[in-house]
Amino acid sequence: MCEALCLSALREGESAYVTEVKAGPAMDRRLTDLGLVRGTRVTCILRSPAGDPCAYLIRGALIALRRADADGVSLERQTQAVPNQAVAT
Amino acid sequence: MNRVALAGNPNVGKSTLFNALTGLRQHTGNWAGKTVATARGQYTFDGEEYQLVDLPGTYSLAAHSQEEAVARDYIESSQADGVVVVCDATCLERNLILVLQVLELTGKVLVCVNLLDEAERLGVKVDLPALSRRLGVPVVGTAAGRQEGLDNLKAAIAKLVGSEARAAPKRAPCERVTLAERYAAQVVRSEETDRRRRQQRLDRLLTSKSTGIPLMLLLFGLVVWLTVAGANIPSAMLTALFARIGELLEGWLAGAPAWLSGVLLDGMYRVTAWVVAVMLPPMAIFFPLFTLLEDLGYLPRVAFVMDHAFQKCRACGKQCLTMCMSIGCNACGVTGCRIIDSPRERLIAILTSSLVPCNGKFPTLIALITLFFVGGRSGLMASVEGAAMLLGTLVLGVAGTLACSRLLSATFLKGMPSSFALELPPFRKPRVGEVVIRSVLDRTLFVLGRAVAVAAPAGVVIWLMANVTVGDATLLAHCTGFLDPFARLFGLDGVILMAFILGWPANEIVLPVMLMAYLATGNLVEFDNLTALGQLLTQHGWTWLTAVCTMLFSLFHWPCSTTCLTIYKETDSLKWTALSVALPTALGLGLCLCVTTMARLLGLA
Repeated sequence: MCEALCLSALREGESAYVTEVKAGPAMDRRLTDLGLVRGTRVTCILRSPAGDPCAYLIRGALIALRRADADGVSLERQTQAVPNQAVAT
Repeated sequence: MNRVALAGNPNVGKSTLFNALTGLRQHTGNWAGKTVATARGQYTFDGEEYQLVDLPGTYSLAAHSQEEAVARDYIESSQADGVVVVCDATCLERNLILVLQVLELTGKVLVCVNLLDEAERLGVKVDLPALSRRLGVPVVGTAAGRQEGLDNLKAAIAKLVGSEARAAPKRAPCERVTLAERYAAQVVRSEETDRRRRQQRLDRLLTSKSTGIPLMLLLFGLVVWLTVAGANIPSAMLTALFARIGELLEGWLAGAPAWLSGVLLDGMYRVTAWVVAVMLPPMAIFFPLFTLLEDLGYLPRVAFVMDHAFQKCRACGKQCLTMCMSIGCNACGVTGCRIIDSPRERLIAILTSSLVPCNGKFPTLIALITLFFVGGRSGLMASVEGAAMLLGTLVLGVAGTLACSRLLSATFLKGMPSSFALELPPFRKPRVGEVVIRSVLDRTLFVLGRAVAVAAPAGVVIWLMANVTVGDATLLAHCTGFLDPFARLFGLDGVILMAFILGWPANEIVLPVMLMAYLATGNLVEFDNLTALGQLLTQHGWTWLTAVCTMLFSLFHWPCSTTCLTIYKETDSLKWTALSVALPTALGLGLCLCVTTMARLLGLA
């Protein structure tokens, strides 16, 4: 389990913003592909019968993640997204 | 000819769009040297020929998996005159990440925002011209399921292949995500609708602690019951029809030598007719029902509900999806294992694929359940009871799969579960017409054709074995006599074991071979009436124990020849293929031995 608020501790219906993603290289890439990076708003939508995995709303898509993977995603509850690095257009 | 590639995330309706554009002018296969499926198709627009190449659905082009490498290489190699990136309008933001990535590889890109009809129902509006201005490439909206926007798309593709454009500068992955977020915020308007709330309620109902698993069993039970109850009448009608045709053939072959009419009629024709009559009706009911559940988007929910068990067995939750495919046909399940990313977990799924009973085993299981456990009755209650027992057999198959997955994780395929991210796409209204056509054409006829192709020669072999006499008995009798003492240990007899061996090409012929050997008339008999079948089996010493052991062995024994071949192709290894044969056989024999010994010790049989 994680100490600060992390994705696996999010209750059904709660939302928060990602502050840090700690995962193995393969999972880190997959999460980035799915749009789960610093500043992303996530909402816990569904809990499976065993409570693990849970399904989260990430950028409009419902994604199921196991607790072991969700433990590595730290969150903070605030209404504004944390600033990400500036994007050049 | 102009060549255009179709790229996109999984579950964005790319295949539907591909089918809508090319109709029946397509062919499927594998990418050269890779276990990645490909489809190519043609269409004509304004007198010009276009070839569409359907790239594998991926979340990224980073070349971390075979699919991603295939898609990336194809786009980079500039073999295509243009790339169409298909997006799901209901979750455009995530899809734009891939669009931005493709734009860094080539500038000749057309963005197709699909599923607009579904987006509208979910209260999502996309400003297509604004998106086109932001991205700097043409954007077309479609609803491929309803054939809407296809002409616009074809016209836009025609313009695309003639254009000149440069690729965008490379960006870091995080930058792409932020940019996609900004564009989406500028062009997508979304509001809460009743439909969205209904979807969430349905999702909660299907996955929650109290209702998720009961509803899953109920749904699968319903599918099994409809298959069992609905298949009876057409099966009987087909059997009668084939009997009539058989009489006609007999008339024509009256002048031929006895051995010739024996091989052709009693061997080839009767076995093939049996397989068709027994297999076709359940498949024609089961496959469309199952495709309906698939189309609705229910199967990923099953994987979600079941994942915890697979995690405990150190396997991948997506194995649940491949198991579902295995119910239709084990060989399809083996090919389906490609959706599992981790090689270790994919092998586990492949090796355990034949522990789930396929459609071809259903007739034997149903007949034995009806005869020995439902008491040969017919009617509504009996069919419900029969379906419940068949569902129980399926659950046993799932339990066997989980146990063997755990065993493999501890022995041959040591390791911890890899990370897992499964998308649960929105529920979609199944397109019933398309489902029926697709499941009948792609699945039912395909599986039936393959079964007939092996049943016909198998019929000849079986007839020869039952009719060629060596010494004082037929070849078949010699074999069954030889196997008998061994088989008795496991609660079976020589005939049953021999039937499973001869049934290697197709599980459907196991029961007919058994009957033929018992009757010793040397050809396959038809039993329109189950009571006669029951009497025959009891005369040959069958008890409830024999029935239980035969069902257990039917559930867990070597995979059929097609599945073995598919496993060899997918793993490219004789060692793994051999293990995939040994594992279910050992499990089946072990269970039969335990049950028989227990029953005999307790004096139950």
